[in-house]
Amino acid sequence: MTDLLSVEHLSFGFHDRQLYSDLSFALKEGSMTSLIGANGVGKTTLIRLLMGQLRPQSGQIKFMPNMRLGYVPQFRNIDPEYPLSIRSFVQLNQLQHGFPWHTPKEKRQLDAVLAQTHLTARQHQLLGRASGGEKQKAYLAQALLTAPNFLILDEATASLDVNTKTELMTLVQELNATLKLTVLFVTHDLQLAKDYTQQYLLLTPKGHELRRTTEMDESRMPKELRPVTGVQ
Amino acid sequence: MFSYDFMQNAWLASTFIALTTGIVGVFVTARGMSFLAHTLSEVGFAGAAFAVFLGIRPLDGMLLFTITSSITVGRLSVQQSRREASISAVSSLFVGLGILFLSLSSASASYATTILFGSIIGISRSDVWQLLGLAAAVLLTLGFGYRHLAFDSFDAIGAQAQGVRRNLISIYFLLILAISVSIGAQIVGSLLVFILLTLPPAVAKYLGKTLPQMLVISVVAALIGVWAGLALGYYTNWPVTFFIAAIEFCFYFIALALHRWRLD
Repeated sequence: MTDLLSVEHLSFGFHDRQLYSDLSFALKEGSMTSLIGANGVGKTTLIRLLMGQLRPQSGQIKFMPNMRLGYVPQFRNIDPEYPLSIRSFVQLNQLQHGFPWHTPKEKRQLDAVLAQTHLTARQHQLLGRASGGEKQKAYLAQALLTAPNFLILDEATASLDVNTKTELMTLVQELNATLKLTVLFVTHDLQLAKDYTQQYLLLTPKGHELRRTTEMDESRMPKELRPVTGVQ
Repeated sequence: MFSYDFMQNAWLASTFIALTTGIVGVFVTARGMSFLAHTLSEVGFAGAAFAVFLGIRPLDGMLLFTITSSITVGRLSVQQSRREASISAVSSLFVGLGILFLSLSSASASYATTILFGSIIGISRSDVWQLLGLAAAVLLTLGFGYRHLAFDSFDAIGAQAQGVRRNLISIYFLLILAISVSIGAQIVGSLLVFILLTLPPAVAKYLGKTLPQMLVISVVAALIGVWAGLALGYYTNWPVTFFIAAIEFCFYFIALALHRWRLD
């Protein structure tokens, strides 16, 4: 398999502190990778670099020619009074045409994405009143509307209970298999990383490592990432 | 009542006004800009008073003031921490300027009342054409950027993640809002134009589930308000603005009650 993304000797920092000085890694097409690291180590900055919102100080970020990126941000301000249904919310990301009305083709695309994310039965539910899991699926569905082949999920499971986490991650796995999506999953949850992704990219102030999750040694992970009941 | 020219004009004008404010208002509410709409209407008051002072049409003065100030006022309101104080400061300055221009122009007190509270008598056929042109311009412009504006208004974070150019959308909408405030003030007056920009959309927010539904409900609520207001004003001789405000007020609380009832 070819590399969807390769990062070579990337360095970046803000004026008061250097985040990475020689970051190199590659993601294979169709792979699932967890991006883990303590708060403030530069996970969000790395995503912004990948999205082209920031420029590397040196080094290179190379993508496969037909790469289409989808990004599911960490926070959303959806209050209980939010007026739109799940379907209408997801539809907001259909920007290809300028017309206010949606074409039959766009409606079919929307139906397909709602089906892929198991939201068809709940599509007319108000998003503000939907469960945490349904909200996350709606955010995911919205990002999938542009048919990305590289999906970045930023702490998508952070606010969910265990069952909902499992359901969402199973869905992401399904999408990875059926749509050949390459997934970069930002998380603090080592167990989820082990259960659902094949490899992890660990960022620490001292450096980084990209390994298979089966080789993960939790005792070597940054303290705040270890499970509460884990190795001391 | 349609045998009078002034009633025909008022009817036509209020129809274009309700269409524009009903649609633009949905985005005003979604973007949390009700307060800014209120400030722009006070800026509009100063503009109308300036026009009286110069001897030009009040609508032209309003457009001049609201359009030129909308970007600055909008920028001030972006920073949440300073928002309320700086908008209040701008409001008071413009209300003061409005009073100054009116006193300099030695216009009668009834003229000030007309600008502040609206009037259906003063609308000529040429005003109607101008309103039609402006309403068409606003709605067409809105149509071109509709999807980007909708995304940014209803899911700002998602829009940013998808690379929607938020600054551009913000300026584009401020200009649309400035013109809409000037248009709306022609019937209900600059003091109460925000009724039409906020209450019908609030009704729509409670009753609609999709953006097209919300737009239709908002326009219908605005149309019923202005049409019924005009008819009631005509037969009772009470101010039209009072009826419009009262009708929209009732719609709002009925919609709120329905919304609560549906959720229980």
